[in-house]
Amino acid sequence: MTLLSVRNLTVTLMTGSGPADAVRNLSFDIERGQILGIAGESGSGKTMTALSVMGLLPYKGKASGSINFDGQELVGFKPRDFRRIRGKDVAMIFQDPMTSLHPMLTIETQLTEHLRHHRKVSKSEARARALELLDTVKIPDPKTALKAHPSQFSGGMRQRIAIAMALACQPKLLIADEPTTALDVTVQAGILKLLDELRKSQNLSVIVITHDLGVLSALTDRIMIMYAGAEVESGLTSQVLTRPRHPYTRGLIDALPDSGADGKRLIAIDGMPPELGKFPSGCAFHPRCSFAQSECKTGVPNKVDIDGSRRIFCSVDPFDTSDSSAGVSR
Amino acid sequence: MASRFGNSNSIWRQPLAVVGIVIISFWVFAAIFAPLISPYDPLAQDSDKFLTPGALHWMGTDELNRDIFSRVIYGARISLPYSILLVVLSALLGSIIGGISGYFGGRIDAIIMRLTDMFFAFPAIVLAMAVAAALGPEIRNAVIAITIVSWPVYARLVRGLILNAKQNDYVTASSLLGSSSLRTLVVDLRPNLAGPVFVLASLEVGNALLLLSGLSFLGLGAQPPAAEWGSMVSMGAVNFDRWWVGLFPGLAILSAVLAFNFIGDALRDALDPRTAKALRD
Amino acid sequence: MKPVPAKVSVFRKILRGTGFFPFIVKRVLTSILLIFGMTFIAFSITQLVPGDPVAANLGQSAYSDPEIVAAFEKEFGLDQPVPVQYLRYIQKLSQGNLGISLSSKRPVNEDLKEYFPATLEIALIAVVIAMILGLVLGTLSAVTRDRLPDQIIRVVSLTGVSMPTFWTALVFFYVFFFLLGWSPGTGRLDPGAEPPPQVTGMFTIDALINGDFATFRQAFSYLLLPAIVLAIYALGVLTRFTRASVLEILGNDYVRTARAKGLPEFTVIRRHVLRPALLAIITVAGVSFASLMAGSVLVENVFSWPGLGQYAYRAAVGLDLPGIMGVSMVVATVYITMNLIVDILYRVIDPQLRKAEQ
Ligand SMILES: Nc1ncnc2c1ncn2[C@@H]1O[C@H](COP(=O)(O)OP(=O)(O)OP(=O)(O)O)[C@@H](O)[C@H]1O
Ligand code: SF4
Ligand SMILES: [Mg+2]
Repeated sequence: MTLLSVRNLTVTLMTGSGPADAVRNLSFDIERGQILGIAGESGSGKTMTALSVMGLLPYKGKASGSINFDGQELVGFKPRDFRRIRGKDVAMIFQDPMTSLHPMLTIETQLTEHLRHHRKVSKSEARARALELLDTVKIPDPKTALKAHPSQFSGGMRQRIAIAMALACQPKLLIADEPTTALDVTVQAGILKLLDELRKSQNLSVIVITHDLGVLSALTDRIMIMYAGAEVESGLTSQVLTRPRHPYTRGLIDALPDSGADGKRLIAIDGMPPELGKFPSGCAFHPRCSFAQSECKTGVPNKVDIDGSRRIFCSVDPFDTSDSSAGVSR
Repeated sequence: MASRFGNSNSIWRQPLAVVGIVIISFWVFAAIFAPLISPYDPLAQDSDKFLTPGALHWMGTDELNRDIFSRVIYGARISLPYSILLVVLSALLGSIIGGISGYFGGRIDAIIMRLTDMFFAFPAIVLAMAVAAALGPEIRNAVIAITIVSWPVYARLVRGLILNAKQNDYVTASSLLGSSSLRTLVVDLRPNLAGPVFVLASLEVGNALLLLSGLSFLGLGAQPPAAEWGSMVSMGAVNFDRWWVGLFPGLAILSAVLAFNFIGDALRDALDPRTAKALRD
Repeated sequence: MKPVPAKVSVFRKILRGTGFFPFIVKRVLTSILLIFGMTFIAFSITQLVPGDPVAANLGQSAYSDPEIVAAFEKEFGLDQPVPVQYLRYIQKLSQGNLGISLSSKRPVNEDLKEYFPATLEIALIAVVIAMILGLVLGTLSAVTRDRLPDQIIRVVSLTGVSMPTFWTALVFFYVFFFLLGWSPGTGRLDPGAEPPPQVTGMFTIDALINGDFATFRQAFSYLLLPAIVLAIYALGVLTRFTRASVLEILGNDYVRTARAKGLPEFTVIRRHVLRPALLAIITVAGVSFASLMAGSVLVENVFSWPGLGQYAYRAAVGLDLPGIMGVSMVVATVYITMNLIVDILYRVIDPQLRKAEQ
């Protein structure tokens, strides 16, 4: 059953040189209990996609298209409607646990304030739930933790607390924006395992946003690769990562060191991703693409559906016969 | 988050800044063409005493039968140039002191910074009053007095900027190329200091004008019969029942200070946020 | 290494320590040094600039009589070389004695006891008015960023900091005293009225202590107008500062987290934004309290308010160094104390700083 269905989402932000589209014509779906990974280089619009689902776009930012969440259309939602579902039906955790928790409020306040607001529970009920949550995310000694401030915890512990906060009202969708980027590799694994368990135990749908293809391969069912605000390829994780069809995806995977599966950052293709407001015409990837033809500079890339569950946006589709000739090394 | 793009906001796109520029242009125009604009000699005592504002005397006349409108117009010739001069002097003095402090660091820096701390703790207007009184009541002395109390803000800013820049590579790079330290200070750093110092100065012109007219109001600045806005307000205080005597020169001060503040604010917003933050701290 | 006497080593430990107590000790010591340094600056500046305190304090005819001049100089120690004068001053100062005022011919300590409470009274009320309104207006302004309320509040607060206080005082006096008759006039009490027995020196509080409500109401009606005029400038400063702090905090990740929880905007502002902003705002309020006291000189002049500002003015005109120093020191002490209190508050309120201390 589809929980979130995004169609032709475009996010327009205000920049110094006027409005610019940070997300362009993006479409994707998430089923209940599924984990979707979104990957792409910095600035590709991953966070803006997430924030438009939350109704938290930056000052003067605007979303258009359609975002259907659990039967409700979120584009054009009023701020108060967003406040009704935020934290309750859809929750988000952010990249940096060192800054995303309030430094001056106790863990108890931060864990229970939205619970008390949305679910109208009493203080003691909320506290009981908070203890349960801390236990779920494996914080040792939850009773003491409730009275503590975030500064008394390590980064990994804080991220667990942030996850507990997000889960407090039993949301249907959890968006994790680079949940492990700021953490040590050893801590990362623990957080990812936790997310996976939660998905299974609570039938939670999750969007995981990351730079890190290693994270995606272990955790996600499907992935979507973004470039310059638009989708370039999406499909089942196993297929996309082992047999990339889009030149950009392929470049990303080739750039990984051979031991890449253990989670190295993306080392991209020659050149830099374009800045917001300076996206190239046609296929935005063409200046960096070694397969680019003249039509790539002007024409919007073709959508190519593959086996019904996968698609790429590329007019050339150079790896069409990938099975035999290209020999993707992994 | 959005403020990261603040630097490309031209001040011409900010309506308040434009209002400020219009008002200041008006006063500059008034100062330059005062003899042409003002209907009477600002010192001439040949009307009647305390005439209410009317067709002949738009802002009435004062206790010595002088035309207040003409005096307000002529007042721009004192307040504007002196407060700008004052700000230029304090900015220069402060930048030099702050530059020495930041560049040499160590003990020199420590001493200079303690010194600025003391100046910050001093109530500026009290010290300014004392110095102005000691030098003798005269507008030039008021300027000196206020300069003595207002340089520390610039010193702090410049020192901070230099300390920041010291960590940046361009100073290191040019030291590697073998340029002398003084050269580094002047050639490499100056362009990076000029912007913030200019903005701070523009923010301070208003304050300078307020302090200067305040001293004149107390009789420690411009002396009669000079047409200076602050001392004209003090005549209004003596004759407070004749509202027009103090009202108009005060409005002149308010309009000029407000205009400078409009401009200063817009300039600060036009700077990139990091520098703007340095200015606020 | 030479053995250090036990007492000294404890002291050193305190000074080198990073805990809460050593922090306070260090701050108090530097503050005292700061004050002594200020006396040096004041002395140097007043000696460097020409100006003859004798001429300033004696009449024209007395000044032409060398005997009177010599007596005056002797009485106030002006016949001594400058360094000696300074040392004597410092010596007395370290015993808490601020010397004899050249203009009032009375001990500066006595003078301050009389004038300081008068200014404190209006400055306190002014800072309270300015802080409450500034917090409300500044927050409103930040929250409605770039929309109409924000635009109006920004222009109004900028106008507040651009008004010459002496002129504002005059306009308010004209309107509320002369035109409307709401204000009783200048001074602290009706002419001939008996001030309440001095406890704090602040008439309103002393009247309350004395249980004398009529005097309280009278004193309050006199001080309201100067306090409001004084508050206007501070209000502008605090509104602008509050707006800036709130905007800055609104950009923090933890505010985004709070919003991601779907909390009502009011809760987000009150709990997640204002709490951290409050610290910064209190800081500025504290510092502007000191500048309010100094700035009152222009307001007191218009309202004939017998406070520190009036005293400072007479001392300045009379080149009365002990008087000037006395006023400066009072204001500087307020400034330094405010900074100290704020620093302590920071450590008490902000658990992160407190943790760093441990
Ligand atoms: N407040 C803002 N106003 C205008 N533009 C913004 C703002 N925040 C981000 N952007 C721009 O929007 C574009 C997309 O940003 P987004 O944060 O979605 O990228 P991302 O894919 O999440 O990158 P990263 O991996 O660095 O987090 C970027 O070019 C970024 O510079
Ligand atoms: S459309 Fe052209 S430029 Fe874009 S990825 Fe395909 S081949 Fe490369
Ligand atoms: Mg991001």
